[in-house]
Amino acid sequence: MTDLTELGVAQIRDGVKAGDFTAVEVAEAFNANVAAAQEALNAFIVATPEKALEAAQATDAKRAKGEDLGKMGGVPIGMKDLFATFDVQTTAASHILEGFKPQYESTVSQNLWNAGAGMLGKLNLDQFAMGSSNETSYFGNVISPWRKQGSNAQLAPGGSSGGSSAAVAARLAPAATGTDTGGSIRQPAAFTGTTGIKPTYGRCSRWGVVAFASSLDQAGPMAKDTRDCAIMLEAMAGFDPKDATSLDLPVPNWEELLSADLSGKTVGIPREYRMDGMDAEIVALWDQGVAWLKDAGAKVIDISLPHTKYALPTYYIIAPAEASSNLARYDGVRYGLRDLPEGANLQDMYAATRAAGFGEEVKRRILIGTYVLSAGFYDAYYTQAQKVRTLISQDFQKAFEECDVILAPTTPTPAFALGENVDDPLSMYLNDVFSVPASLAGLPAMSVPAGLSKDGLPLGLQIIGKSFDEQGVLNAGLALEARAQFTAKPEKWW
Amino acid sequence: MSVDTATVAKIASLARIKVTEGELEAMVPELNGILNWVEQLGEVDTSNVEPMTAVIPNTLRLREDVVDADPLTGGGKREEVLANAPVAEHGFFGVPKVIE
Repeated sequence: MTDLTELGVAQIRDGVKAGDFTAVEVAEAFNANVAAAQEALNAFIVATPEKALEAAQATDAKRAKGEDLGKMGGVPIGMKDLFATFDVQTTAASHILEGFKPQYESTVSQNLWNAGAGMLGKLNLDQFAMGSSNETSYFGNVISPWRKQGSNAQLAPGGSSGGSSAAVAARLAPAATGTDTGGSIRQPAAFTGTTGIKPTYGRCSRWGVVAFASSLDQAGPMAKDTRDCAIMLEAMAGFDPKDATSLDLPVPNWEELLSADLSGKTVGIPREYRMDGMDAEIVALWDQGVAWLKDAGAKVIDISLPHTKYALPTYYIIAPAEASSNLARYDGVRYGLRDLPEGANLQDMYAATRAAGFGEEVKRRILIGTYVLSAGFYDAYYTQAQKVRTLISQDFQKAFEECDVILAPTTPTPAFALGENVDDPLSMYLNDVFSVPASLAGLPAMSVPAGLSKDGLPLGLQIIGKSFDEQGVLNAGLALEARAQFTAKPEKWW
Repeated sequence: MSVDTATVAKIASLARIKVTEGELEAMVPELNGILNWVEQLGEVDTSNVEPMTAVIPNTLRLREDVVDADPLTGGGKREEVLANAPVAEHGFFGVPKVIE
């Protein structure tokens, strides 16, 4: 019998529908993998095997009655622990939310359950989604299932959606939700040989997603391939009156319209992304990607995004500023941790609670954000950053007058070792150099696994598209995928 | 611009995060490193540029002026709202005494 955990979203959906296997068999197989890998990989904060089984039983019962099983019927998934899930602990990987059991369900997770998906558990992440290596979680590091050839050193699964990327790569889940603020879907996907797409800002509701930087946060799927991402994104997306920035647009049939034929399409190659001292392997892969897209029928041109070098510093003003405001809600009064020292007043309680409940990186960003928003500095930092953000967005608009999609690397390097960048926040931030610009402009962008480094680690290529054109992004992703033929998997050691 | 220990202490107090002397000392160089790096934005000419307010053009919607139009986010949810409070008493959030 096939190992069901080797299957992706489309294969499981179709197999359950056809009666090749039951949804319960699928859920049991993944539940077993989740349990067996927990100690070694720490991908989940909470496992919910009973939820996965319950949804699977509902799908099997529907099939017996001849009812529609939904876009994700019978597919168990991992849920990043940034999405509020009813009565299931939701922590954002923080101590301050430890034990928090929402009395409501996020719109995106509810959409997935309505589409027939089931929940394997809540996935580990960087605390409040702040990090690029999953080393800021209060619940411990996620360990990548990948290892360098001939080495047992623990590698980062990327971040912040590191539990999601590790779970999909290690076949603990056929797919998982991620969220992307500056690269948190694309970078972990690139590090683990998985596929992930951040849609246009506003496609997926932010209601019930623990807020980091509200003008940047966007949910998206992480899965084995482009088709699986298209299916899951259809299930996640949609207008939600409860999110003021939700796009009031119909959800396209992305899966049905997938096409790897890029005839008549133009691909832009941004010259500013070719940086001094870039990793030769990444450059070679990028060149290979150009050749693949030409082979798919696309015309390839050079484009310029002149403000690229300012994207990261812009991001590291705007994201902390929004975070400092969003995280003001954690006060020890309404939910989560309370630290009330003997004889303390209300103000002391706030300060003690937040000192005990937030990790170092979260505190660092709150302090930066508080500083750049404080009287006397607001215009010099925050307003200037929002102006540069306008210029970055205009760069893309001009480029898209000449091209349909942009091809770039996802990350400047393959996965690094755990501990390698923890002492230097700036070098950690540089990981997002290629992913942050699209986030600042709210554009759809995806990472597709495209090759292996000389050490046998996955490398990703990134496609950035026009606003609302997820289809163009997915199609270019499919064209790359068809040519890259990436089939490498981490050898099982866990 | 760079920050000193007193400034970091002030920011931490504004952010309502208690920090020890040792943490303050460690934070000063870290924050200065980040602030010096983001200051390169000052070299960009933005004299004729509007700050971004919406990343994707969108219109602000108005909802119908109806009580509990969406039962999920409407009223009558006291127990649910208090369910996760560290101290919930008599149907209220409990806090340390704030009036002498």
